[in-house]
Amino acid sequence: MQKTNAIKEPVSDKLLLGIIYTVLIAVLIVVLYPLIYIVSSSFSSPQAVVSGRVWLFPVEFSLKGYTAVLNNPRIWSGYYNSLIYMAVGTFISVSLTFALAYPLSKRTFYGRSPIMYMIIITMIFSGGLIPYYLTVKGLGIIDTRWALLLPQAVAVWQVFIAKTFFQESIPEELNEAAAIDGCSDLRFLWSVVLPLSKPVVAVLALMYAVTAWNAYFDALIFLKNVDLYPLQLILREILIQNSVDNSMMVDIRTMEARQGMKDLLKFSLIVVSSLPVLIIYPFVQKHFVKGVMIGSLKG
Amino acid sequence: MSNNIITEASTTIPAARRTGLSEAMRKMRRHWQLYFLILLPLLYFILFKYVPILGIQIAFKDLSPKLGIWGSPWVGLKHFEAFFNHPNFWLLIKNTLFLSLYALAIGFPVPIILALMINELRDGIFKRTVQLVSYAPYFISTVVMVSMILLFLAPRIGVIDHIRTALGLDSINFIGEPSMFKSIFVLSDAWQYMGYNAIIYIAALAGVNPQLYEAAKLDGASRLQKIIHIDLPSIMPIMVLLLVLNMGQLLNIGFEKVYLLQNPLNTSSSEIISTYVYKVGLVQANYSFSAAVGLFNSIINLALILLANFGARRATGSGLF
Repeated sequence: MQKTNAIKEPVSDKLLLGIIYTVLIAVLIVVLYPLIYIVSSSFSSPQAVVSGRVWLFPVEFSLKGYTAVLNNPRIWSGYYNSLIYMAVGTFISVSLTFALAYPLSKRTFYGRSPIMYMIIITMIFSGGLIPYYLTVKGLGIIDTRWALLLPQAVAVWQVFIAKTFFQESIPEELNEAAAIDGCSDLRFLWSVVLPLSKPVVAVLALMYAVTAWNAYFDALIFLKNVDLYPLQLILREILIQNSVDNSMMVDIRTMEARQGMKDLLKFSLIVVSSLPVLIIYPFVQKHFVKGVMIGSLKG
Repeated sequence: MSNNIITEASTTIPAARRTGLSEAMRKMRRHWQLYFLILLPLLYFILFKYVPILGIQIAFKDLSPKLGIWGSPWVGLKHFEAFFNHPNFWLLIKNTLFLSLYALAIGFPVPIILALMINELRDGIFKRTVQLVSYAPYFISTVVMVSMILLFLAPRIGVIDHIRTALGLDSINFIGEPSMFKSIFVLSDAWQYMGYNAIIYIAALAGVNPQLYEAAKLDGASRLQKIIHIDLPSIMPIMVLLLVLNMGQLLNIGFEKVYLLQNPLNTSSSEIISTYVYKVGLVQANYSFSAAVGLFNSIINLALILLANFGARRATGSGLF
């Protein structure tokens, strides 16, 4: 008797679910295919790439593209620079974000709302490119590593994430109890808040690190010295402006082979340059989702 | 009785205010370490956000390197007039607006639809796979993204071209076609960001009270009805918030990607305000003129975000601020 009372799923529901599955499978294919294609091409031979014989799996397996990439000193130097910008920049960014978000998370912090306004205003109005450039130039840090580490150090959205986290996870009573025991604010921050904030440090560090690794615009406008170029600028020259220097083309004589090598090189370079992010991606995916969610609580 | 309370209250208010102020001073002194802490980040905001805002004045001046920003002579609205009378003025406005509205029309609803569909899936491997895969392109850098576009669309060697030749169609130099530029930009953006932008909606949908679904089920609501009457209203506040924020960025549309996708063949369709500011200002060192163009851009953005916020308040009762 019970069974007949159960509500059956109508046909229209099944149809809708069928459509959803079909569309999502299509989404999977559309997103994955270009990525697989690039990886497969990077492991193929130059001839196979240029003649378009690669469809899904590597054709005529070869590591020629990778050898050419790894033999290029500029790519190494770009990699090295990008790692520095990413590591140092992330440290500076997370520290500043914490130092700003923690006081703002305290309800008793006098002057909290004017400072909040001051920060939010920068979200909706800015001086624009030219005054920004002239300011950085005026500080005398153009064409130094500082030009990539300081001007974009704090992101307002990340401040909100940290602030929301503090408000939700560090009870005010904890601070009061510590204060009664004679614990100063900085001491409390250092020995109580920081150890409790590992998840949000992870989120912030990841977001800043990915942004730093992928950025190219500030380097484009602030750096002239090629030795300081981050990887993305080197990539731009090779991938988009097509300037491949001949040291990467040793032993290649015909035009056709040259073209094939140029294209193969691009595929390998894309894989090599995305490697750090790709390796950590499956592990950090959850943290990113968490970060977006903490940030959304704000709205 | 009630009169008594009022008079009592009105006499105590000034006293309370006075003690409130000294209380604040006392609090500030007791928490001096927090003020010390916030000093450096505030300095950052002043130096890198507010000094540039003061620097906007060069849009009304003729910047001379000798006299500096503050010492250069005022010229009024000269640079603005020059921009409005520029032969490319309307082309720039048209390209910028069209590109960003097109990007909004695709980029805004697609993540919502994706989130609603993912939300219909039962927890399991397929759901997790869809999420893991669809977020992934977000992590690709703009430079790599653009080079992927160029590789896929290239005539002769690109994969799209191979498909076309296999079907017996002519090969097209997609990236050199001005009419194709905007679609290339918008669709590749949707490809890259739909998964990541869906996260926020998926999170909101996960927070919907399950009792609502049960009640709807008892009432015999179909899946589609549940989506329309439960899911959509529950993500409405976030949709409004993101729409307002997006409106404020309308003219700021992705310099980084547009600039990299540009080539001499497609500039008639791909030249937008931000790329123009960069070229005139930083490449040709025409600072004052391009600062004026940039300011024009910022002001339109500000007006748009205020307008969108006002509209959102009127329509749904909630806005960003």
